[in-house]
Amino acid sequence: MAETSIRSRKGPVTYLLRIFVITYLAVLVIWPLWEVGQQTFFPPDRGAGGGFGAFVERLSDPSVSYAFNLTATVAFWSVVINTVFGVGISLLIVRYRFPGRRILSVLVDLPMSVSPVVVGLALVLAYSTGQGWFGSALASVGFYIIGTTPGLIMATAFVSLPLVIREVVPVLEEIGTDAELAASSLGATGWQTFRRITLPSIKWAVVYGVVLSMARSLGEFGAVKIVSPGAEFRGETATLLIQNRYTNYQEPTAYAAAFVLVLASVLALVVVSLIRKEDHV
Amino acid sequence: MTQTLVASPPPARPAGRGPGRAGRPGRRGRGSAANGGLFRLTPTSGLGLGVALVWFSVLVMLPLAAVIGAAAEGGWASFWGTLTDAQTFAALRLTVVEAFLVTVVNAFVGTVVAWVLVRDHFWGKRVLDVVIDIPFALPTIVAGLVLLSLWGPDSPVGVNIVNTREGIFLALLFVTLPFVVRTVQPVLIELDADVEEAAASLGASRFTTFRRVILPSLVPAIAAGSSLGFARAISEFGSLVLISGNTPYQTEVASLKILKFLEGDNQAGAAAVAVLLLLVAVVTIVALDLISRRVARRG
Repeated sequence: MAETSIRSRKGPVTYLLRIFVITYLAVLVIWPLWEVGQQTFFPPDRGAGGGFGAFVERLSDPSVSYAFNLTATVAFWSVVINTVFGVGISLLIVRYRFPGRRILSVLVDLPMSVSPVVVGLALVLAYSTGQGWFGSALASVGFYIIGTTPGLIMATAFVSLPLVIREVVPVLEEIGTDAELAASSLGATGWQTFRRITLPSIKWAVVYGVVLSMARSLGEFGAVKIVSPGAEFRGETATLLIQNRYTNYQEPTAYAAAFVLVLASVLALVVVSLIRKEDHV
Repeated sequence: MTQTLVASPPPARPAGRGPGRAGRPGRRGRGSAANGGLFRLTPTSGLGLGVALVWFSVLVMLPLAAVIGAAAEGGWASFWGTLTDAQTFAALRLTVVEAFLVTVVNAFVGTVVAWVLVRDHFWGKRVLDVVIDIPFALPTIVAGLVLLSLWGPDSPVGVNIVNTREGIFLALLFVTLPFVVRTVQPVLIELDADVEEAAASLGASRFTTFRRVILPSLVPAIAAGSSLGFARAISEFGSLVLISGNTPYQTEVASLKILKFLEGDNQAGAAAVAVLLLLVAVVTIVALDLISRRVARRG
């Protein structure tokens, strides 16, 4: 859009606002991020070594590798579950008519607004062997959720549940049903229509949702904190490791792990902005 | 990352999905489009819906019901007693006050940031645009650590915010930064230049134009962003774990109070506070749904 005259006029207020915004973001976000890098590679005193070598050494500690492995496993499964569920429920909400459809479309957004602590508490109250509603029943068939990896996956899947849905629903609404109707009138089965018509048009929305879910799953803390035993080699995910190490005066390890997660989130942001460009060209 | 949230203009809807749909039960064959766009359930999609609903219930609805159940177990008196207990009440009040202050700051600053990002042009603007999303993308515990690296015990500027209310305020300000910015930005981009030109040509000053012409169209977006930010601030946990010293009456917030109840094996207490947070979450999404529908109607 061509700039109109009134919008391109610049006065002292323009520059004041610009300086204010740059300063605000620099102090609130950029400077602290820079300091994380400093603390990771040049830890102040404490006799801790600095540089890249020390950074790698801290990360190769077995308990740290365990934590990152666990985080990757949990994130992988929760993303798989959320993608299948998310695409399915989006199709149902947008394309089909059934009682309670509107309520469901509002409810699926709920997990994002619920405090992670409440999510953890909810899972404990429902599924813990001691006090949960269904805990004893599940335990009697040898299935334990709280304190095990399935519990971590459920907690993570809970908090990142709406991310795929939020991306896919608007696209489905926008593309409409014409092409799908044409396909089925030409004799395509439901699955063929989905694979050949619907899926290609929601492809980028799905990828986008997957990246967002992945980023969210790698970094989940509150819900995981409550359902996990959270001890070294026992359900300690990367985020729990950061808290435990920091509070146990092993800041360099905490910063090293945090730095990896910062890199992962920035990478996710970059991928997301690339996808958006791809999507709109 | 919130571009797809409520306040963005609703996508074009397929024609004919309007009034008349509700009162007419589909009489056509299965799989056919009833009233432009909504299919009736086929056995396959019905099965899919069943599976999806079971999973959604197991994962979300039943656990949340268990929270409400646990809170209600002791009856109204014990629920009320827990919440009005001096220490719990102090935590709740602190949470609400801090969240409110942060929301007010965000409503102003977020609008200004969105304005500069849309209307101003300068070198490095694209970088700032990415920076806005960082607080969202960072894991919350990392966000806490990030703030501590600058304002913590090893602060290079000699300011230690650990265990202060200012620290809580700062952490909440950090994690809620994107909400208002990301809801206001798309609305500002969509704004028509004509009305501003008209206002200016009629002699309105730039400030008057902003106040009378631009601001009114931004208000729903600011409201939506603010309520999202408020809900987030109320329920924030991860970034506060390391920063809030968790001192009763001083720096203890609601989510950390839940954790403390749980660690003390007081499930009913934890559930009582959790129900309050849950209520805030529900009110927020309902309010947002209403705002976005109002905006959609007006558009």
